[in-house]
Amino acid sequence: MKSITKQKPMEEITQGLSGLDRVYIVGCGTCATMTRTGGREEVLEMKERLQGLDKIVTGWTVLPTACDEMTEAAVGQSNGALRDANCILCMSCALGVQRLAWSVNKPVIPALDTLFLGLEETPGDFHEVCAQCGHCVLGYTAGICPITACHKHLLNGPCGGTNNGKCEIDKNRDCAWTLIYNRLKEQGRLDLMKMYHPVKDAQVLPRPRITRVV
Amino acid sequence: MAQSFREVLNSGKFVVTSEIGPPKGTNLESMCHHIDLLKDRVDAVNVTDHQSSVMRYPSLGGCLHIKERGGEPILQMTCRDRNQMALQADLLFAYSRGVRNVLCLTGDSIVVGDHKNAADVFELDSCQLLRTIRHLETGKDLGGNDLDGGVEFCAGAIVTPEAQPIEPQLIKFEKKVEAGAEFIQTQAIYDLDNFAKFMDHARQYPIKVLAGIVLLVSARMAKFMTENVPGIFVPQNLIDELASAPKGEALKKGIDIAGRMISTLEKESICDGVHIMAIGREEVVPDILAAAGLGNGAHP
Repeated sequence: MKSITKQKPMEEITQGLSGLDRVYIVGCGTCATMTRTGGREEVLEMKERLQGLDKIVTGWTVLPTACDEMTEAAVGQSNGALRDANCILCMSCALGVQRLAWSVNKPVIPALDTLFLGLEETPGDFHEVCAQCGHCVLGYTAGICPITACHKHLLNGPCGGTNNGKCEIDKNRDCAWTLIYNRLKEQGRLDLMKMYHPVKDAQVLPRPRITRVV
Repeated sequence: MAQSFREVLNSGKFVVTSEIGPPKGTNLESMCHHIDLLKDRVDAVNVTDHQSSVMRYPSLGGCLHIKERGGEPILQMTCRDRNQMALQADLLFAYSRGVRNVLCLTGDSIVVGDHKNAADVFELDSCQLLRTIRHLETGKDLGGNDLDGGVEFCAGAIVTPEAQPIEPQLIKFEKKVEAGAEFIQTQAIYDLDNFAKFMDHARQYPIKVLAGIVLLVSARMAKFMTENVPGIFVPQNLIDELASAPKGEALKKGIDIAGRMISTLEKESICDGVHIMAIGREEVVPDILAAAGLGNGAHP
């Protein structure tokens, strides 16, 4: 599973950096490298662009995994280039942004928008596969999640917008319920599709969701 | 007192419903004119619920106008815009004001409409909405709390008999019957042989089926719908028939086709009735009824 990101428009990034002329750039060696939004190459490109906008880039780094606890050590007091900066431009997903914001008492400006948690189906092709709804139904739906793969996250079968196995919002997208139907049929388990699913609990954990492993 | 829509459904007569779309804004003149035109000619009038995800005057508002003008409304309710609290509250309000029929729909996607960045809800689906109605009728809300004053509705749903593949739609249809749907108004049908096949299946279930008749106004529209509207398939012979109409007479041809289909459905007892959708041409619904030989447009 990867946190899928997209770079914000440069205009929005520079707006976020207004009044902050000394910038330290942080990339991420995991998801953002894989999606080519915050790996070494993108960080260096950003450095050039910021310098072209008369910003001083005091330094940069690509953390192995920006969201993990190692981040705190990497951006500690010993990091002189970071000390020299008056902000961090973070080229990781929102998890890394938040980890940095906990660790450093400087403004952390996100350069990316976090889109979804996804799998890479074919190289460069990322699909959302889990909405983390808190109550998994994959056992009834042949391993295809209707909460994420169906545009309307329907639990009891397809809507009337499906056509030739495609979704009403895009002729190139598969209808999740047609996929589920086909796979259940293949497995001889269509009785599962006939089963009624009640309304999902929207408050499995009230937001903000917190859990403690004992 | 006039028969309720449920009584009409169970009377054995060939049922005719039609529908109106509320306006974008508060000028209700045209909607009220359509209500007056239809209310005594059909057994009930649907009011669409932000059809195609285009924000409009609400369905419930349209239904109240139908009631005030002496007609029988069918409240279309989609799951797109309201969570379970709002849907239940609207059902309580509808009942308190005499609205007794509800058509439960999933609802079109937000992104096909005119508020493309709006949040969608879809907390309930059409099966769950049907069950919500049946649950409210037990005197309790979805939270398990007692209602002070209950509801009772004649609840319906939709089916797309032309969808490919059809099997997943049939499973959903069965789930809607189990959820308590009493009637079905189908998506537009044009291929009567295919529809008869669907009816062979549907006849196994205790539910009344009204075939969806969408007025064709031109060969271009027929082609467009076939190519772009999910679940609508207009056979080539009908497209050719529309194309063969002399200039300016395609609408008349469309009325003839709709009338002929309705007449066949009735005479051959293929289904229990029809739901006529004239989509912006409500003016000609009486002509369609006349073409169908249904009381010269003065049905019932």
